[in-house]
Amino acid sequence: MKHFRSIDEVGVDGLVRLLDLADHMAEVNRRPNPKVPALRGKTVCNVFFEDSTRTRLSFETAAKRLSADTMNFAVSQSSVNKGESLRDTIETIGAMGVDAFVIRHGSSGVPWQVSQWTTASVVNAGDGWHAHPTQALLDCYTIRTALNRPESFDGLRIAIVGDIKHSRVARSDIRAFGLLGADVTVVAPRTLLPPSIEVPVVSDLDAVIDDIDVLYLLRMQQERMTESLVPSLREYTSRFGLTPARAARLPEHALVMHPGPMNRGVEMAVDPAELPGAVITQQVTNGIAVRMAVLFELLGSGSNLEESE
Amino acid sequence: MSEEILIRGGTVVDQAGERRHDVRVRDGVVVDVGDAIDATDADRLLEAAGCVVTSGFVDLHAHLREPGREEAETIETGSRAAALGGYTCVVAMPNTDPTQDSVSVVEFVRRQGELAGLCDVRPSGSITIGRLGQQLSPLGELAAAGVHLFTDDGDGVQDPLLMRRALEYAADLGHDGHGIVLAQHCEVKRLTEGAVMHEGECCSTLGLPGWPAIAEELMVHRDIELVRITGAPVHILHLSTARSVDLVRAAKADGLAVTAEATPHHISLTDELLAGYSPLFKVNPPLRTMADVEAVRAGLADGTIDAIATDHAPHASDTKERPLDQAPPGMLGLETALGVSLAHLDMPLVDVIAALSWKPAAIAGVADRHGRPIAPGEPANLTVFDPDHRWQVQPATLASKSRNTPFTGIDLRGKVKHTILNGTPTVIDGTATR
Repeated sequence: MKHFRSIDEVGVDGLVRLLDLADHMAEVNRRPNPKVPALRGKTVCNVFFEDSTRTRLSFETAAKRLSADTMNFAVSQSSVNKGESLRDTIETIGAMGVDAFVIRHGSSGVPWQVSQWTTASVVNAGDGWHAHPTQALLDCYTIRTALNRPESFDGLRIAIVGDIKHSRVARSDIRAFGLLGADVTVVAPRTLLPPSIEVPVVSDLDAVIDDIDVLYLLRMQQERMTESLVPSLREYTSRFGLTPARAARLPEHALVMHPGPMNRGVEMAVDPAELPGAVITQQVTNGIAVRMAVLFELLGSGSNLEESE
Repeated sequence: MSEEILIRGGTVVDQAGERRHDVRVRDGVVVDVGDAIDATDADRLLEAAGCVVTSGFVDLHAHLREPGREEAETIETGSRAAALGGYTCVVAMPNTDPTQDSVSVVEFVRRQGELAGLCDVRPSGSITIGRLGQQLSPLGELAAAGVHLFTDDGDGVQDPLLMRRALEYAADLGHDGHGIVLAQHCEVKRLTEGAVMHEGECCSTLGLPGWPAIAEELMVHRDIELVRITGAPVHILHLSTARSVDLVRAAKADGLAVTAEATPHHISLTDELLAGYSPLFKVNPPLRTMADVEAVRAGLADGTIDAIATDHAPHASDTKERPLDQAPPGMLGLETALGVSLAHLDMPLVDVIAALSWKPAAIAGVADRHGRPIAPGEPANLTVFDPDHRWQVQPATLASKSRNTPFTGIDLRGKVKHTILNGTPTVIDGTATR
């Protein structure tokens, strides 16, 4: 595996290999000293053109637990504000000796453009509306461990609710869950759907909520109101939010997931701490293990996962 | 006195059909068309064995970028690209800086074309001042200065009232019985805000904002109806959707003064090419689906679409390395139009040439000089091309100042060998003469 830019790029075999590897990484993370020398001497550069605290910290932690050196490049303090092109930025950082770029950008496709300008590996940490493959990986890993589904997601019913159209998380999750065999349904008004979609769509959350294994809520952004995509946040919550009444109807074993950051009172109209099935903090924890798996798969040689001295 | 040129051994193709003939040119005009013309008086012999000899091509739609964006193209480099593509006349789009909305800017463009001497550069004028869609340009003054085609290309005229007024006002302009023509870039802007590519399956997967077909079709429909009530002609630029073709077909059946063009890229490329996120495939209107491509080809074949026009849109390389949503739309076209057209259109050769030459010449108001029959006394604006030459474009060798061709690696058929402008060769054996 040279790059990890989308789920499609690695396919089902790559996905399963990374999930299996994440098991080892989770074991590393449970050690008293959660650090291994696997990527000693390797340099990982986080290049974030878009604000993100949790994803950047997660990647940085993952790299450090594998003993890689990390560099951080945030757009606000960079020469991009002085008009430097994307290509020049990448080639300049690349000239310092980088083994992997972890890229977050507000424009779809940037990781593919970047990989033309560097010999380093490129990890997509989110591009535009397009893809967020490490989020999909951590979501798969969370479902796999929480529902004890190590082999496949065959027969698993997953409902993804909310703004599918603008969501890179939804696009990557739909691909990944589908590859593992789950039956994915999306729940959204037509205004929040892309022009075409490969999975069944329902517009009524109440029609599916009694009969699902995973409820995946997407973040509903305030700016969608001004674009006439939904009339109001209140109406959104009443039609698509997880309200106490809907929470009561969820099957007992069902997981409730969210990629964060949550809008409490909007899509999450209950306190997740009171939801037995909520695995939102596990998602964050698992993010480190799967990102370690990705970096190790791309940059590691051998299986140097023993404890560092 | 200009030199005497003999074009020998080719097949002449024009409005009268095709026949094996030599063509003799002197003093800017064709002086002789016939079999085995004596070569002894000729100053220059242009071999045309296996080639078609026809009237020079006319491009209704070229962005030559000067004045204002000379880093991407100049009138000289664009003219050279045009000559190499077999063109003897191009209509220069008005989205320059400053805009071609005054006689002085239009005269500047014309004069730069004359100085380059590689192509008859005919400036268009903008319909509205600064192409801002608010106030009419001095259409009368510009028409008096010889401007024939008016457009806000780059944008469509959004305001239906303003478009109606423009058509009503334009109806009385022009000279020698040739009225001016308003050409529309059909795009309802409110429906394409932020759009990067065709709205459909591909944009959904790629996570890119879609440019829906309806945004074009609504304006095509609006303008057809405005032609119906005003009687003034409208030329529809770069038609790209199946439904647009149907609308124009119906308008023509109703006898309305509507003409249309299609670009080489809309008859050959589809939105699936965006899968690699290369801004080389970003263009406005966007590459559409195969069904649209087939409908546009059919529209050309049955005459619904009058002309092939390049929408030649040079962009400096660094701008085409921006993220896709920030990169400017547009593709080079002048040097590849013939090769793409012959490779992708299943039409009689004479019909392809008509769409490249005499039909656009009529729309551009240059039919007195270009797109003429090949006969004694006619202006010697000619192109000679090998219709069977198979080739691929090498971006580094293009005459255009920019490199943003989408056709790299694609098989093209038909290559220009010689181009003659007013009796003087601008291209000999595939090389520009100046």
